[in-house]
Amino acid sequence: MSATPTPAHILEVRGIHTFIGEFHILEGVTVEVPPGSITVLLGRNGAGKTTTLRSIIGLAPPRAGEIAFKGVPIHGLRAHKIAQMGIGYVPEKRIIFRDLTVGENLLIAERDKGDLERKADFIFGLFPDLKRLYHLPGGHLSGGQQQMLAIARALVADNSLLLIDEPSEGLAPVLIEHMMEAIRQLSASTTVLLVEQNFQVASQLAERYVIIEEGISVHSGLMADLVQDKALITTYLGVA
Amino acid sequence: MQTYWTNLTPQHRRSWLLVVVYVALLLAISWLDFGYNTAGQTVFRGILLGMLVFLVASGLSLIFGLLDVLNFAQGAFLLIGAYVGYDIYQSLDASVEVRFLAAIGGGVLLVAAIGAVMEAGLIRPLYERPIFQIVLTFGLAAIFLDFVERIYGRNPKQPLSPPPLLNEKFTLFQQSLSVYRLFIIGLGLAMMIGVYILLNRTRIGIIIRAGVQDPEMVQALGINVRRVFTLVFILGSALAALGGIALVPYQGATLEMGNQFLILAIVVVVIGGMGSYEGTAVASIVVGLTRAVAEQLSLEHFDAPVLAETSILLLMIAVLLVQPSGLFGRGE
Repeated sequence: MSATPTPAHILEVRGIHTFIGEFHILEGVTVEVPPGSITVLLGRNGAGKTTTLRSIIGLAPPRAGEIAFKGVPIHGLRAHKIAQMGIGYVPEKRIIFRDLTVGENLLIAERDKGDLERKADFIFGLFPDLKRLYHLPGGHLSGGQQQMLAIARALVADNSLLLIDEPSEGLAPVLIEHMMEAIRQLSASTTVLLVEQNFQVASQLAERYVIIEEGISVHSGLMADLVQDKALITTYLGVA
Repeated sequence: MQTYWTNLTPQHRRSWLLVVVYVALLLAISWLDFGYNTAGQTVFRGILLGMLVFLVASGLSLIFGLLDVLNFAQGAFLLIGAYVGYDIYQSLDASVEVRFLAAIGGGVLLVAAIGAVMEAGLIRPLYERPIFQIVLTFGLAAIFLDFVERIYGRNPKQPLSPPPLLNEKFTLFQQSLSVYRLFIIGLGLAMMIGVYILLNRTRIGIIIRAGVQDPEMVQALGINVRRVFTLVFILGSALAALGGIALVPYQGATLEMGNQFLILAIVVVVIGGMGSYEGTAVASIVVGLTRAVAEQLSLEHFDAPVLAETSILLLMIAVLLVQPSGLFGRGE
């Protein structure tokens, strides 16, 4: 009996088509995420990057195409089942539970009792402010603190893949630096698939990229190659 | 307590101040106008009504907050609880204490089961269609009412004597009252505290509160939010049934009681802030007191019982003018 080979990619998204209502948002997106990497989804506003993340986690299930996590098909599963397999999701706009305290925001993410206690040193080492603000309602936090909480929440359970949507959006430059450092540190133990509008941030963080244009993945490869290709950057991302 | 106050939003602090001032005003009017004893009796009646309304309104609020479903069948749950409880209490061949407990258990369990089937079988497929949900719960309320009428008839059921221990008399503000009234207040208070502890001190409570804000995100954390929806619907239905059963020894059972309490409960939920449990608890007491004081005022000065009905609607309009999201609702 031969052992099942380990898939080369922790996440494989193959030609997914996703609709929101009657709108055909994704018209063939393919993303491959190698384990231990930071991969970023790039593209203009409305290209379909956020919908791609939501399709992966099951909040916007694709109507066609395939998604496999660690070689196991996950398309068609409900969101909570997908999350339970070890995928953490940090939505855009820092969606935290505003009426819950910081502690409750973290505790709700426990998949097994004691998860937060086990991960406390790592999480509060990464985001020391959250320890100080533990008993404060999430709605009282500043934008940067809410973003930290949203990421910390995804770290409570043992996730092997994190989907992070626009972590730098609306943050002051000093906070963006902090956030980047935190993502770098957590990527040592977790694979990250990122959506990032800020190309500077994306190019410094990610090793791999996928460009999405009008719901179709049009380019992918190593970030080191992309930063050299000014024509490609200008064509698809509109930055010089 | 200090942490509670500092964690409140400025809007909610203002709401607390408004509530304290308003209740103080009601008490002052009662005392000055009715005299000490009548004022005391009026306040007691108001608290009693507030607790009964709370049992219906808390379920309505929880269900609306988490599921975005304005459940018009909530009044019917109270009605079914009252009639089924009445039936069990009257017909069971056992001691009065056993019959009383069986009435509570039987009525609550039956309505909880109806709630579970209703949520899973009928409401769940309509989560994306709020208008359909309203029509559905409205229709179900009518069907439930029709069922109760066919099974139990149109005639009102007279109040049944509670177990002897709860039927003893005590004197309060020179009025002889049944201990059963204290029991209703105690029951309401116990449910108020019990649900508060459930929501604030348990994991399922944290999930419910998070789900009220963003059910999609709760799901993305690996939690089966649909199961929580069903649980909350069952809890809400059971609380309304408990209110109905509690009413039987106090005022009997009538076909109109469901709708009467539903209207009061909707007013309470709107005043308290849609989906806010804290708001529902506070607003229940405020509405109960307002109605009792208005009833007494109308009795003593205006000979216009409609004033009592109108008073709570006027209160609702006043609150919405000052705070459009209700006392403890969220701004957005």
